[in-house]
Amino acid sequence: MAFLEARDRRDRAAEWVDRNAGKVFILPAVLTLLAFSLFPLLVSAYLTLTKLKFAAGGFTLRFVEWLNFKKLIFGSQQYHLLGTFDVFSIGEWLILGAIFALLLYVFVRYLTRPGVTVVGVIGRSVAYVVAGALTILLVLTLGGGFPGSLVVTLFYVFAGVSVQFGLALGLAVLCAQNIYGRNLFRVVFFLPIMVTPVGIAYMFRMLADTHKGPFADIWTWLGLADFSWAADPWTARIVVLIGDTWQWTPFMFIVLLAAIENQPRDQLEAARIDGAGGWQIFRDITWPAIAPVAATIVLIRLIEAFKIIDLPNVLTSGGPGIATESLTLHAFVAWRTQDLGGSAAVGYMLLFVATVTCLSFFNFAGKRTRRTEL
Amino acid sequence: MNIPERTLLRRLFMPYDLTSMAPATKVLVYTLLVLWLLVVLFPLYWLFITSFKLPIQVNDGPDFIPFIDFEPSLHAWHYIFFELGNDTFRPYLNSVIVAFCATVACVLVGSFAAYALVRIQYRVKVGNVLAFLVLLGLTVFTVTSLGAPLFAAAPVAIILFVFFVAAVGRYFRRALGNDDILFWIISNRILPPVVVVLPVYLMFQRLGLLDTHIALIATYTAINLPIVVWLMRDFFAGIPLDLEESAQIDGASRLRIFFTIVLPLARPGLAATSLLILILAWNEYLLALFISTADAQTMPMLVAAQNATRGPQWWYMSVLIVIMIAPIVLTAALLQRHIARGLLIGAIKG
Repeated sequence: MAFLEARDRRDRAAEWVDRNAGKVFILPAVLTLLAFSLFPLLVSAYLTLTKLKFAAGGFTLRFVEWLNFKKLIFGSQQYHLLGTFDVFSIGEWLILGAIFALLLYVFVRYLTRPGVTVVGVIGRSVAYVVAGALTILLVLTLGGGFPGSLVVTLFYVFAGVSVQFGLALGLAVLCAQNIYGRNLFRVVFFLPIMVTPVGIAYMFRMLADTHKGPFADIWTWLGLADFSWAADPWTARIVVLIGDTWQWTPFMFIVLLAAIENQPRDQLEAARIDGAGGWQIFRDITWPAIAPVAATIVLIRLIEAFKIIDLPNVLTSGGPGIATESLTLHAFVAWRTQDLGGSAAVGYMLLFVATVTCLSFFNFAGKRTRRTEL
Repeated sequence: MNIPERTLLRRLFMPYDLTSMAPATKVLVYTLLVLWLLVVLFPLYWLFITSFKLPIQVNDGPDFIPFIDFEPSLHAWHYIFFELGNDTFRPYLNSVIVAFCATVACVLVGSFAAYALVRIQYRVKVGNVLAFLVLLGLTVFTVTSLGAPLFAAAPVAIILFVFFVAAVGRYFRRALGNDDILFWIISNRILPPVVVVLPVYLMFQRLGLLDTHIALIATYTAINLPIVVWLMRDFFAGIPLDLEESAQIDGASRLRIFFTIVLPLARPGLAATSLLILILAWNEYLLALFISTADAQTMPMLVAAQNATRGPQWWYMSVLIVIMIAPIVLTAALLQRHIARGLLIGAIKG
């Protein structure tokens, strides 16, 4: 009898699970995300407004309102986040004016078009204000000043993603040709993604060593044997970028290659018979076919590129000075110096810039590729 | 019709037929591909041979070919495996445990959600979501600034939420559908880990789980969940509905259908997704930097810590990096075909 009862109970439990399948299936994921992203996000928002104080037997959080943000944007940490500013020269005023006129023109054109929505206006305003502010920042720091972690991160993201996309697209087009050993290329090109970023950082430090590295003789021949790339801000940043490119080009390559191989065969053959050239085929058939995939893969890389930390931390430890420090590394450095609030504030700045950039790209590219699909 | 004269130049630049390339193009394509092949392979080759070099051979300048330029030695391997011994194996074992468990947990939880989002229609009331957010915010506020204990505040908030849903929930009209849930799940990936890591650190500290496997596994599961949901959703969407329907008529429960019909059919997708999550969890650095300090230290930490005061010891580092890459490369070699397909499907529909 006990046996039957137990079985009955088990049946009822199974029945309950089946009736509530919707909840049972999705709740683990939702709860995990709530616990590890939404809840921490709120706590972090609170932390940005506090200052950590060590007291007897522990620590307390003192509420300091917007002080952490103020310090980062206007105060003593301005050089770290935004950079050291330079006065505008006439040429820089012109560049600035041109970019602002362009932003304004695009915005006005949107407003005068039919189909304007409230969300669209708000979203665009935010995106254009951020774009304008970042332009001012870039001009202020790159001309004669010294860029801070925000500008450096933007450099990693935009330069990195463009270079990686260009290389990956080129390689994918080459690899999609009718050639021998295609599988070999595909397998080998995929390798770098599996190497741990920390390992890549050390590997590139080894390779870039001007005395012991494999290219030592070339450096000597160029008369650069005593040149230290790690001591110059731009060469240090470019070495970080090379490491990042080496690692992430394969990811874009493999997806773009699969997309190119999936393009409509019949159109391709028809175009060839009509005598279309390689560039024409790429522009009119291949590109429209792979554009949605390309947009998605760029979006994924944009999202991930904003999080860069391992390479600059290990390759250059953020140096020389703060020249290669990304926002994530900046937040980590702040955390290590017990500046909990400052660290959270830097994190929030990163979140803001990353979200605006990714959503803008999503809306921009989403529409463009859908149009090309038609 | 005048047939063009096949001069040497013309032969070089004109393809013979429609499907083949002109010889000159062919040479160019192969040159570029081989060039990139070298760009990819040379750093790895250098890493590999450095692991067999003596310190003096590394410091004397570049030697390229083993047995000709230098006599390979196993001293670095010996040092890492025997002299360091447990200091190498413990992080290695930690990495294996953490990456493997996190991958399994993440793919399982993510597949559940992805399948549900494909087959079950959800309608989440906007009002309820707002109420939940307000209560969550209030809970965080009372706990952090008013000093209320979490174990008292959290149940009160949950009870209030349940009351709210039962009493007022039905009056809300606007609801979020599956696409909104999916967008919310994927958008979690935009969140930089550095924003959430401080509270997660404090949370594990309170729970006494700092520097444990469980903390790392749970964190890695959470951060990689969006990728799994996003990739697996498209694989599940591609599974024909009639198979599941006939099983349902036979009286199989949803869970049973999921495990016996859906998961086996989505095996290529599972392979690709698992490999991707395995790579991400195996190589993760930032979160491990915060959450693990000694006992649960993972391999990326160990490699990063090699920046010794005596200057980087390339030979030991190379060994560590080689043994870190090896298992992933072996796994990937087995699953290589799947991953391209898996990523493509995600990218097209995403």
